[in-house]
Amino acid sequence: MSAATDIKTLVINGQDVSARPDQTILDVARENGINIPTLCHLDGLTDVGACRLCLIEVKGQNKLFPACVTRVEEGMEVTTESERLAKHRRTILELLFAERNHICAVCVANGNCELQSLSQELGLTHVRLPYRNPELNVDASHERFTCDHNRCILCTRCVRVCAEIEGAHVWDVMGRGADCKVITDLETPWGDKNSSCTKCGKCVQVCPTGALYEKGKVGIEKPKHPEFLPYLNLMREAQ
Amino acid sequence: MSKLKVATVWLDGCSGCHMSFLDMDERLLELAEKIDIVYSPIVDRKDYPDEVDLALVEGAVASVDDEAKIKKIRAHTKFLIAMGDCAITGNVPSMRNPIGPQAILDRAYIENATLQQQIPTVLVPKLLTVVRPIHEFVKVDLHLPGCPPSANTFYTVLTALLAGETPDISALTRFGA
Repeated sequence: MSAATDIKTLVINGQDVSARPDQTILDVARENGINIPTLCHLDGLTDVGACRLCLIEVKGQNKLFPACVTRVEEGMEVTTESERLAKHRRTILELLFAERNHICAVCVANGNCELQSLSQELGLTHVRLPYRNPELNVDASHERFTCDHNRCILCTRCVRVCAEIEGAHVWDVMGRGADCKVITDLETPWGDKNSSCTKCGKCVQVCPTGALYEKGKVGIEKPKHPEFLPYLNLMREAQ
Repeated sequence: MSKLKVATVWLDGCSGCHMSFLDMDERLLELAEKIDIVYSPIVDRKDYPDEVDLALVEGAVASVDDEAKIKKIRAHTKFLIAMGDCAITGNVPSMRNPIGPQAILDRAYIENATLQQQIPTVLVPKLLTVVRPIHEFVKVDLHLPGCPPSANTFYTVLTALLAGETPDISALTRFGA
């Protein structure tokens, strides 16, 4: 098969684009300067389609598709912006805010938070759903980092970066529904003397909110740097 | 044209939104040509007026008193603005929600008090079990997030409203701003 036949052509927002068959709609859209909002996606990590913010419409299909885990198909007609999508995306953000205790004003990530900035970008000025106000703990047992479950949106970036990039798999997810939470090891304190944490801090850098942060460094003075990931992957592939 | 009757209200908040409102400084004089502040913590008037054109409400609803106030305000106000994060999300006052009001009262009046350890029951309003944003009680016409919204935000929004325009809130401010 020649290289040319491997190229898929599709339409995104009326714009003709071409893609490799292994690309997702999100990849192709961003390559072509079309922004689709995401929270759980991070360049350099496996996609899991957890947050559903990247939902898009495909012509001829009633259901919506998460762009980060949907492969391109020949002749696809994709819409990334519509009233319906905007409504769903705002509702997703509202659900995230209502689910836990996101108090932006006193959060360590205030001004450096992807949940906060996406809300502004998508025009969310209030949450119509009642807040759940769960009682959640803060694990500050680690010598360098803190985990505040009040701010966690369960994107699982920490789980993936620890397993896929660091290779330690300290983080995982336990519980179902409202009881779902990220844990270190077998739900033992992060700073436990037998912890398998390598203290690399990758999880902290990729966390989109104030759920994971470096002690003593907050907000504006400590923006996170998830951009190290694609670079790290590139360097590893080159070896 | 008669001036627009404006009220500002202070429920469960820190008054920071009011401070930021006052930070409009000399622009307040310009606004004063078009609006009259008819009720406010900085105006000596005890009861909420019967007819208010625009009300800016700071703070969450945390007590039975707040709840009665916001309902009265809504009934006598044409256009109601939720001013700042406390009014919109519950913000810092709502941080007691996971543990409940009794724990807060105990900490303030029993554990940390050296003299007269007792929880006040007269003259102070009863706390609600859960602190909630004002839109859970009444219809809100405009949400103006921020902790606090900046003086520039206030000025831009108020001048836009006075000109009969709809301000783009997300271009100006956000939660925690």
